[in-house]
Amino acid sequence: MKRIDHTWPDQLYKTLKDAGVRQVGYVPDAGHKRLIELCLADKDMRAVVLSTEAEGMGLAAGAWLGGQRSALLMQSSGVGNCINQLGTVRECRFPLLMLVTMRGQKGEFNPWQVPMGQATPAVLEAMGVVVDEANTAEEIVPAVDAAARIAFGSYQAAAVLISQAVIGIKSFQDQAAR
Amino acid sequence: MKTVLRRRKVVEILLENRKDLLVVAGLGSTAWDITAAGDSPLNFPLWGAMGNAAMFGLGLALAQPKRRVLVLTGDGEMLMGMGSLATIGVQKPRNLSVVVIDNERYGETGMQATHTAAGVDLAKVAQGCGFKVARRIRIATQLVALRAAIHRSSGPLFAQVKVVAEKIPLVLPPRDGGLLKARFRRALLGEGADLD
Repeated sequence: MKRIDHTWPDQLYKTLKDAGVRQVGYVPDAGHKRLIELCLADKDMRAVVLSTEAEGMGLAAGAWLGGQRSALLMQSSGVGNCINQLGTVRECRFPLLMLVTMRGQKGEFNPWQVPMGQATPAVLEAMGVVVDEANTAEEIVPAVDAAARIAFGSYQAAAVLISQAVIGIKSFQDQAAR
Repeated sequence: MKTVLRRRKVVEILLENRKDLLVVAGLGSTAWDITAAGDSPLNFPLWGAMGNAAMFGLGLALAQPKRRVLVLTGDGEMLMGMGSLATIGVQKPRNLSVVVIDNERYGETGMQATHTAAGVDLAKVAQGCGFKVARRIRIATQLVALRAAIHRSSGPLFAQVKVVAEKIPLVLPPRDGGLLKARFRRALLGEGADLD
């Protein structure tokens, strides 16, 4: 079995730093745990815990109005909370960099996660977001680097969907058995 | 206590001698209010994004810690984004004020009653979320003190200003989002922002 490279969150953090990201809004996901910790520990970054992902669009837009770049971390279920706010991002052409860890995808055990997970790429594309998918750990950093360039260089909303194959499948049976 | 304050006058007083105050206004009546007080490139009136005005203010206040940031919004708009008060309470930006012009109505859609008409107390919500100052304002003499606090106090500051429910003429700001963004950034950050 191929080993998954577990250092990608550290590399991703460096990618965000290199892109000049100063504010990081997040609603936690297990897949973003390490990256959130790195951002919280960074005195030159402001990691902002959000009560809903929709707040992240406002945070990112306000940051850009004030001259700062930002990124948003969320799980795919949170994408559904963003839809109307993405309309404002598009109308104003605010740069937006979204890193989305996927649920409801490969091997999902929780059926309630499946509808939003399966709809995530289509929903984002319907709102004009440039979507890229990272299906292996090796693909994540190049995809985020490219998304940051199109977001801040071309004033676009860009999302990288990080596959559940990379994050791992949350096993409720295993947790229940413990 | 009878409500006597009128929204246009309230906003005019709050924005009087605004200096370099950065202003975000929520969708609807507050966007018309700030425009009636005098359009400015340092105004960002929202034509959409209902529920997110306070978060625009937070992102801006964190990016510009040396400037004062005022979010003016309506009760309906604030109710939709009540979680953002908790998010601001965690970050505690000293330079951010959120002022709700509370007419207890959804003014743009037929003046239907909002939750505040039934007594929902947004100032208490803000207080519970960790705002340093959270006031409920009903009389004109408190507005001058509020204006001073917006410019000087160590925030985050919240005020819920009770105003008369009235239909008044719209005073519209530009509505091109790209224009509003670009003129705000140029006025705040200089012409170099055009090339960023």
